[in-house]
Amino acid sequence: MKYSVDERGYYGNYGGAYIPEMLYPNVEELRQKYLEIIYEPGFQEELQGLLRDYVGRPTPLYYAQRLSEKFKAKIYLKREDLAHTGAHKINNTVGQILLAKRLGKTRIIAETGAGQHGVATATVCALAGLECVVYMGKIDTERQKPNVARMQLLGATVVPVTSGSQTLKDATNEAIRDWISNPEDTHYIIGSVVGPHPYPDMVARFQAVISEEVKQQLQEKEGRANPDYVVACVGGGSNAAGAFYHYLNEPDVKLVAVEAAGHGVETGFSAATSVLGTLGIIHGSKTLLMQTEDGQIVEPHSISAGLDYPGIGPMHAHLWETGRAKFFSITDDEAMQSVVLLSRLEGIIPAIESAHALSALNKMELKPTDVVVLNLSGRGDKDLATIINYLEDIEKPNGE
Amino acid sequence: MENRLVTLFREKRENLLNVYFTAGFPELESTGVVLKTLEAAGADIVEIGMPYSDPLADGPTIQASNTEALRNGMSIRKLFSQLAEVRAQVSLPIILMGYLNPVLQFGIEQFCQEAARVGVDGLILPDMPLHEYEEEYLPLFQKYNLSLIFLVTPQTAEERIRKIDDLTNSFIYLVSSASTTGIKVGGDSKQLQYFQRIQNLNLKNPKLIGFGISDRSSFQLACKYAEGAIIGSAFIKVIQEKENLEQNIRQFIQEVKAPESVSA
Ligand SMILES: Cc1ncc(COP(=O)(O)O)c(C=O)c1O
Repeated sequence: MKYSVDERGYYGNYGGAYIPEMLYPNVEELRQKYLEIIYEPGFQEELQGLLRDYVGRPTPLYYAQRLSEKFKAKIYLKREDLAHTGAHKINNTVGQILLAKRLGKTRIIAETGAGQHGVATATVCALAGLECVVYMGKIDTERQKPNVARMQLLGATVVPVTSGSQTLKDATNEAIRDWISNPEDTHYIIGSVVGPHPYPDMVARFQAVISEEVKQQLQEKEGRANPDYVVACVGGGSNAAGAFYHYLNEPDVKLVAVEAAGHGVETGFSAATSVLGTLGIIHGSKTLLMQTEDGQIVEPHSISAGLDYPGIGPMHAHLWETGRAKFFSITDDEAMQSVVLLSRLEGIIPAIESAHALSALNKMELKPTDVVVLNLSGRGDKDLATIINYLEDIEKPNGE
Repeated sequence: MENRLVTLFREKRENLLNVYFTAGFPELESTGVVLKTLEAAGADIVEIGMPYSDPLADGPTIQASNTEALRNGMSIRKLFSQLAEVRAQVSLPIILMGYLNPVLQFGIEQFCQEAARVGVDGLILPDMPLHEYEEEYLPLFQKYNLSLIFLVTPQTAEERIRKIDDLTNSFIYLVSSASTTGIKVGGDSKQLQYFQRIQNLNLKNPKLIGFGISDRSSFQLACKYAEGAIIGSAFIKVIQEKENLEQNIRQFIQEVKAPESVSA
């Protein structure tokens, strides 16, 4: 079984580039050039230098002793929360900004949900001296306020999106519309392994540094490069793609993808695409998405803005279909319990997205000898307002 | 029966007016009224939008009409039943425009079959990849005598335009500028150069210019460089008003089609 993208831009039945003609020249240019540019020695040298000195890589692989005791297995946290700007998103934006410069682009656009990708994009734009416009659902601008302020401080223009559900899906639509209107000077930095080919593959390659480092770090700590499990949350799927990447063809490593169940998979307020989704097209990619029988895209729900997306990247749809990855869905409540748990047990406040991955530990049947690598995709500072509100609400008697 | 688009272009190759409206807008049952009034007022072709939750290539006006139509309960199935009812009363070519996902969910073959049954002549599916159409769907569209219409933009390379011209048997949709729908055609020199460049390619198919055609002057400008033009957002604004729908449509089409005044 092949888990990487084929020459036509597909992962099995998923992927491709379903885009209007207005986007074709840009996406085609990327398709033709991305591999050549990325693997050019000068590019790699610049990228590796930035990842080391600017992003702060490698990020630690931390043996979480108290967490391990609780779950009775050996649990390592891959500390993407310690990367510059506080999440894995910067691995991708550093790569894409170098690419954009080589394509001669002078203006950058991005979509963002949690604001982490927006911040990571605004950051590299400041670094490169390029204009930056970030589209963000209006609801997300409210629940991730600190990140809006960060983007603005970094010099980006944040455009609140009021169409549709006013979250990540709609921000992505608006970014695509901007690109349609500005095809010549603008590069669109997509924030996850979604969108038309070659984006899913390109973003996965930039995030692959996560598993590349894990292999080496685990070898040093455990005397073996392969853990029994790799666990990651999936919004669009970029941190999971990066954490899985170098293990895709290692069948002894079980891959665990964790989606947001929202209020619960059956409640109508959920973002668990692998359970609720069917084959369709979203943002230029053929993949699993949540839709009505008529093919209208359904508005998802998750307390976590970064997982509040009605699709998953085509690579993950393929991993799901082939059974290569096992999927779990975690409710808002379960995730919030894990936010508190990790804060109290390890002194690490995780992003609510990453807390979904932590909650999956409750559902996995772990043996004491199992080595688990859990990708801690980001830190929770951006979520403080949501977390405080949530805790206040549950502490009120009778939910008043 | 010959495809009505093919017949039309054999008989008329200038000043063609194609009008876009969203099915089920402003009200669920407006589709038939708008269609009949447009034909009576002198539109040559209509393009009926199948509303979608995520119309990526559309600007705010058409987006809002899509949202409203969905709220009204519009669906592809409903549109087919409306068209089946009204088709005998109108003879102009009908094009359906929409995004690929709802069509895939309907089932492409079933969709083509139904479209043919209710008298649809052409389809615009902006996110249908050219190669996928060529490799997978062409025979199906031919079988049902449906013409797929492709978009060409200022950035489309000549080689690709030639290929599109080869694959087309009705017309080419010339997108006026790099934009979503609803941005006004200004007729700046860069835009005119683009229209001229396309005109000089001597394509076998007629071209209709769309995106930003909103009134008599932009329609006439487009007709200087192409066989006709497509009006979308500007027409949606006209039919937003539920009162006097038919009268407003007649008046708008009359104004757009009014001959150039002699003094100008
Ligand atoms: C910390 C964090 N983790 C995970 C995600 C989900 O994205 P992806 O699935 O692409 O990793 C986000 C998205 O904003 C995020 O900020």
